[in-house]
Parts: sequence; structure tokens; C-alpha cells
Amino acid sequence: MRIQRIFVGALLISGISACSKNAADAPGASSANEAPAPADTAAAKPAAPAAPAATVIALDGSSTVFPITEAVAEEFQKTNSAKVTIGVSGTGGGFKKFCAGEIAIADASRPIKPSEADACKAKGIEYIELPIAYDGLAVVVNAKNTWAKSLTVDELKRLWEPAAQGKITKWTQVRTGFPDKEVHLFGPGVDSGTYDYFTKAIVGEEHKSRGDYTSSEDDNVLVQGVAHDPNALGFFGLAYFEENKDTLKLVPIDDGVDTNGKGPIAPSGETVANGTYQPLARPIFIYVSKVAIARPEVNAFVEYYLKNSEKLVKEVRYVPLPAHAYELAMARYKKGVTGSLFNGGSQVGVTVEALLARE
Amino acid sequence: MSGAQLSSPTTATTRRRGLYSERAFYALALLSIILPLAMLAIMLLGVLKNGGARLSWDFITSYPSRKADHAGILPGLVGSLYLMGLTALIALPLGVGAAIYLEEYGKQSRMSRLIEVNIANLAGVPSIVYGLLGLGLFVRILHFGRSLLAGASTLALLVLPMVVLVSREALRTVPRGLREAAFALGATQWQTIRQVVLPIAYPGILTGAILALSRAIGETAPLVVIGALTYITFVPDGVDAPFTALPIQIFNWVSRPQKAFIVDAAAGIVVLVLTMLILNGVAIYLRNRLQKRAS
Repeated sequence: MRIQRIFVGALLISGISACSKNAADAPGASSANEAPAPADTAAAKPAAPAAPAATVIALDGSSTVFPITEAVAEEFQKTNSAKVTIGVSGTGGGFKKFCAGEIAIADASRPIKPSEADACKAKGIEYIELPIAYDGLAVVVNAKNTWAKSLTVDELKRLWEPAAQGKITKWTQVRTGFPDKEVHLFGPGVDSGTYDYFTKAIVGEEHKSRGDYTSSEDDNVLVQGVAHDPNALGFFGLAYFEENKDTLKLVPIDDGVDTNGKGPIAPSGETVANGTYQPLARPIFIYVSKVAIARPEVNAFVEYYLKNSEKLVKEVRYVPLPAHAYELAMARYKKGVTGSLFNGGSQVGVTVEALLARE
Repeated sequence: MSGAQLSSPTTATTRRRGLYSERAFYALALLSIILPLAMLAIMLLGVLKNGGARLSWDFITSYPSRKADHAGILPGLVGSLYLMGLTALIALPLGVGAAIYLEEYGKQSRMSRLIEVNIANLAGVPSIVYGLLGLGLFVRILHFGRSLLAGASTLALLVLPMVVLVSREALRTVPRGLREAAFALGATQWQTIRQVVLPIAYPGILTGAILALSRAIGETAPLVVIGALTYITFVPDGVDAPFTALPIQIFNWVSRPQKAFIVDAAAGIVVLVLTMLILNGVAIYLRNRLQKRAS
């Protein structure tokens, strides 16, 4: 039966993966188990796509929120038999799945947009919005930069607004007294929530900025870019600065508002949490489906999330909300308050406690 | 009077010139094999240097973690192996079947030429497009869900054109005379294909399979589109289970701020490369064995 040989290769290869089925003892591909049975029969009857057991808690969304959710999931699973799965398809991608009823919880680095809220409404999905941490956006320059000791929001706006494209190309145009050197800009790609928030806070309009800057979806690429270019200026999550303090320099930002701290203020755990590092500190969220919390394991997970965020958020290098804010968030969750605190857009310069306390 | 002077000067020059061009070509050929090998070696040494220290049995058998030094690659590795197996199971029979039809049964018509051109074009379509197709077709319309089966089906579509093209080339290398001899002995077309053509074409087809699966194991974009996960702490227990894959895990680690995760990523790359080497090794061993038997 020579024809069978043609499939031997395929079967053998799948046999290797099949033998790793019992992954605890043989996950390596090293043992060439010749029995292809499991994968073979599995493929023969592609079973109905029934959801794999009700004890799976599915999450998806922002890559910014991912490390926090990962930490919570890791700890939660030590005490609970439910399985947590997390996907990273971006805040927008996460809401798409969330409003299609595919996942229980969405990770979001910005509040839900009206169009997304409408999509949820159309499917009858009610949600509870829970802030879980602050994320500070750091504005950084090269370690050799001696002049940019601080910048104002207006100066940043002059540098980043759409009208600056092709025109504002020298440091001296940012502030008189700065050297007559070219300025090279680095920032996250336009699909990221970080970009959306930065443009809203600095330019004033969400998703609007000059296009002639070097962008990357990978913040480590931005770090490398700024670290190797003495004329560079870039922005990204504060954690990326803290891991690269030796090659980067933080630029304190002055928002021109004295009520939340006078003069230029550098981002730190403290200034982000107490609302003085403005406007580049933002809350990040999880959105919980009201249908899903009827499941006891999802309910347990959300409560665990709020109770342990303070410790775990710090551990993965984000800024926790004040303890009081977590209590307010828990109260909001327990009451089952649906809808968004933000009416469809990021609000700049408002602390989460203030928003939660309004309820 | 030495012997060299006896031969005519022109032939000596020609021979010398021939010798030079022979040497030059040899050097060129050698260079073109050394260059890519050296680049590969530099890359491998780079990741080994960065991630070698993290490589351990624990790394291979642990689940992802927020603590970089506890994180492991198990779900990614198992997910990738499952994907490979299922992809091979779907793509090889389909691809080889299509190639046999086009090469052995199909007549040279305008239709078959159209199919040919389209298959060649499909081989050049960006992988993300296959991801979108997989999302629409397998995840939504066929209700596979965001499962291993949907992932493997998408990857199978992605490598199918390559399997078809290479298999056809392999079938074409079988001399016409052998087929005619089989027919002359009274064999049917199916018997001829099964007993004469395929055994000879088999090594070539396996080469195509190796290339195709090597491409599939490195793909990230289409899997992310159809909904592969990033954090999962169990291994798939069936084709309908959610999954992650090695490249997705590696990408996640590379983009983390902490340096320790970059080290994990390097170790993950070593695991990926080793997995591919082992899979290819098995396939090549098989090919050689069957080649011997066929001849």
C-alpha cells in the first residue's frame, strides 16, 4: 500500500504533536512517538465548536493593560480552579469581541467610544466600567540632551500638532534658546490607545497629529530610537523609561495650571497618582459584562482583581489608584452601575476618585 | 626541455583560463553558501548568548508568568506543535491531491491555466489576508470558533499554494516513459499514479511539505487575527480548544519593558528554531528512507 506512505510524513509530524498532548510529561518535540492516533482521530471528527467548559474566563483587549491582567490571572488561578485566558488584540479589537458577547471582560487603555457603546447596546450587552490603575506617559529625550530640561504643554503641542508637519523641524523653533539642531520625533503607532490619549491631551483633538514622526507598535523600538539619537524626543509608557534610565532622560511637563502643582512636574508613581503629573497620566480600565458576572467564577475574578490591584499593579510597574478609589470602584461594581463615566472620550485632568465620587 | 613546453601554448592558456574561471566560480559558490550560513550562525549565537541561560526544562514546561524568571513557554510550544500537525493533516492531502489532479488528470484547457495562474498568485498573498479570510470563513461562517482547528485551517490555506506548486514540480520530474511503460503493461491511470509516479515524486513532495510547514510555524499575524490568545495556562485538549503559539508568546515578551522578558524572548526563539529543526529533521529522515526504497 504505497499510497499510504504519502501520508506517513503528515501523520508522523502530527504524531509528534499528538504525543505532546499529555504535555506535563512530554512537551518537547524530541521524542518521535510514532503513534499518530490522537491528532488523527481528533481531526477526523472536527467536533462542534462548543465553548470549552464554562470555567474559562475569557479576556481580551489592550496590550497596555495586559501585564496587570496577566498578574491578576496568575495569582487568581492559584486559589480558584477557573481558567483565565487573555488575548491581546488592542483596546478596539477587545471591545469588538466584548460587544459580540465573545468575552467576559475587556481590557481597555481608554474609555469606551460611543460607536463601541452602540455596538454593545445593539447586542444587549451591558457593562460595568472599572478603573484599575494609572498609566503615566513619559516624554523622553536622549541622555546627551542638555537643553530640554522641561517642556510646556504648549511647546509639545507646537511640536506635535498636524500643522507642525514639515515646519517645526528644529529644536530652536520649540523654544528660543534651544539649539539650532534638528528635532527627531518618536511615538507609538496611530492604532494605539497611547497615541489617542497623547493627541487628546497635547494636541487637543484625539487621533490628530503630525504624520512625519517615527512610529512603532513596539515601545522597545522607540526606546532604542531615542537612546541612539541625541536630537530625539519621544513618548511612551512610563515603565519603558524606568527600565532604560541610563540611556534616556525624562522631560518634566508644565501644564500651565497651578492648581494641580506649579511648574514642570516629572512623572513618577507619586505625581501620576496624586494628579499633579498632568495631562499625561490616564486611567486604564477593565469592562465587565453584566451577563458574565452571573457566573460565580467571573464574579470571583473581578472581586479578586479589585482587591489585589494595588499590590499587583505596582509589581508590574504601573501606578495603582489610591486605596480609596479601589473601594469606590468595588462599590460601583457591587451596585452594578452600568455605562461609562466618560461619555465617550478621555477626560484630561480628572482623577478617577473624583469621577467615581460623583456617583 | 620540460614537458610543459611540448604542449601548444594556446591550449595551455585556454586550460589555465579555464582553471581560473573554474576557481573563480568555485569561490563564488562557496561564498554564497558561507554568507547565509554565517548570518544564520550569528543570529543563532546572538539568541543563544541572550537566552541560553534561561533555557531549561522548567522554561519548556512552565506557563507564562508576570515574573520573567518564572515564565515558561509550554502553551506556546504545545500550541505550535498542534498547529503544525493539524496544518499538515489538512494541507498535505489537499495540496497533493490538487497537484495530482492538475498534473495527471487535468487537461490543458483555458480553465486549468487560469487555475494555475491563480495558485501562483495565491502564494504571494500577504499572510494577514489569509488571517482575515480565516476569521470570516472558519471562525464565523463555519463556527469553528477561535480554536486550534480554525488556526490550523487558516495556516493550511496559507501554505496550500506552496504545497500544490512544489508537488506539481515533483510530479513533473517523473519521466513520461515510466508512465507509458505502466500503461503498456495494462495499468490503469490510478494504478500508474499510485505505484509508479508517486513513489518517485514523493521525496520532492516532502521537500515542499517541509518548506510549507516551516513557513507556517513562524506565522503570527493570521493567528492573531483569528483570535489566538496571549496568556493561557492550559494546553489544548482538543481541536476546538483556545490556543496560543510560539511566535505570539515571543512577540509579547519582546515588547515588554523589562529586560528580563527580552531574555525570555531570546530563549523562546531558541525553542522555536529547535522545534523547527527537529520537525524538519524527521521529515528529511523520512524522505531519505523513502528515496532509498523508491530507487
